[in-house]
Amino acid sequence: MQEKVQRLVHTFAALADLGQEIADPHDFLEMVRTSLHLLLGTLAIRRGAVCEYDKADQVLHFVAARGLGDEPPTDVSLDQEEVDGLLSLGLRGLEIADETPAFAQFAARHKSLLEELRIDLVVPLVVRNDLTGLVMLGGKASEEPFTAEDREVICSMARHIGVGIHTHRLLEELERRAEENRQLYDGLRGIYRDTVRAFAAAIDIKDKYTQGHSERVGKYSEIIAREMGWGDEEVEGIAIAGYLHDIGKLIVERDIINAPYKIDAKKSSELNRHPAAGYEILAPIRHPYADIPLMARHHHERIDGRGYPDGLTGDQIPIGTKIITLADSFDAMTTNRPYKTRRSLEEVVEDFRRNTGKQFDVEVVVSFCRALLKEMRSDTKHRPITKILGKDYVEPERIAPLLEALITELESGAYSQPQPVASAAHSES
Amino acid sequence: MAESLTGAPVRSRCIGEMAVVYATDYLNKLSGERIERECRLRLEEGCRALVINFRDTELVNSIGVSILLGVIDAAEGVGAQLVFSDVNTQTVELFEMLGLTKYVALAQDEQEALNTLTEFKGTGASVGH
Repeated sequence: MQEKVQRLVHTFAALADLGQEIADPHDFLEMVRTSLHLLLGTLAIRRGAVCEYDKADQVLHFVAARGLGDEPPTDVSLDQEEVDGLLSLGLRGLEIADETPAFAQFAARHKSLLEELRIDLVVPLVVRNDLTGLVMLGGKASEEPFTAEDREVICSMARHIGVGIHTHRLLEELERRAEENRQLYDGLRGIYRDTVRAFAAAIDIKDKYTQGHSERVGKYSEIIAREMGWGDEEVEGIAIAGYLHDIGKLIVERDIINAPYKIDAKKSSELNRHPAAGYEILAPIRHPYADIPLMARHHHERIDGRGYPDGLTGDQIPIGTKIITLADSFDAMTTNRPYKTRRSLEEVVEDFRRNTGKQFDVEVVVSFCRALLKEMRSDTKHRPITKILGKDYVEPERIAPLLEALITELESGAYSQPQPVASAAHSES
Repeated sequence: MAESLTGAPVRSRCIGEMAVVYATDYLNKLSGERIERECRLRLEEGCRALVINFRDTELVNSIGVSILLGVIDAAEGVGAQLVFSDVNTQTVELFEMLGLTKYVALAQDEQEALNTLTEFKGTGASVGH
């Protein structure tokens, strides 16, 4: 009686440990190895193995083995008939001499392996009518035959192991699908990016004097955002917004865009429709990044409220838009236009100084100046701004001190508060 | 009698051709496989008598039993003798119930285990079979 109680306590403790192990499958191989230890140790079975059935290759793969030699046994191939046979048997303990036809066929086909491994009992792991694997067991240390009670215990533990393998498979399948989705999403993002760049090229082709403008604005915006510490996702979003900021120009007459002189008020009003038009074009599209239509709409807004189309001021203008605005103006100032040649970088720096807090945001200007300064001081391996502008144009020895002075001036706080002004005025792009 | 400490954190010592391995509480987890590895290592080094000391082992669970079966298997493979020492009453009952005592001799303490092994070595008899 005392021994029966002790056996029960030992078995229940093992079942509890097994349940915990299966419920927390931190490491699949470790889980299976521990489960096999628990199963063997419960009845002091001297050898055994847990195999996982690989549906794709139709093989039983030995995941864990004890007492079967130093090398794990090689995979066991199963044909569909055998799989169906094992499925029909369900989860139960089968003595090697069991004459149930489906099992007898399996035992006969793998006789040499089962003899070599000295296997006495086999349990097909069938979970939800799916063959997840097989447990193979040798004899007990006591050398007594397996009792009906032993088989109950073995099946109960084998069921846990089968569920563990099944869960592991489901998780693997889930991970595989998640990975597929990730790849699909990356692919779609790639297509989206390429489409956007094609659009940017289409916009720029319409304006023969500013070819590459959208691409450059995208690049400058990306540089500024990165300097401001934005994450990769947001940086990519702001680059896209830069590519698309002028998409509204597609509805503006080519003659107005390409006028080789400063256009009159009427034509200027027509041209100024492009931010709102851009918003109309972009708003119905589901972009993978936030606020792209709004950045197109507001890229001619100014901190002081003198911009268009909505006359927003200060914090009403999102930070992304402020980045696009500066990138757009910088490119406008540093490229030749039909009615004027590009400004020197010294003049550009002076324009920044004059218009920060009015047209441009302080933090954005400081970040752009820092990025430019890093390139001039060779603090960075990549020099995208210099590459765009040309080495000769940049003049690091002369411009770097100007940038440093501007940064110091802007960081002193003199330009932190926007000063709204009522009437519309200057905006260069 | 030379003694050495090897294979931390599993403590063991070698006394001539005999080795003592200390089971501690590692035995009842997957990390207990280190004890089995230590025993196998000692056997590979030429030890033909092993003592596993259970002085610091409160209880042995199913994982522990499985690992000890692995040690028994390894000892059998090279014809080595195996003695468990300092095993508490509850664990002795478990080993008897599961049939482990068919393969292993039990000793009150480590010294008794070593004496037993020395005696058997002298007579050429095997222990626990």
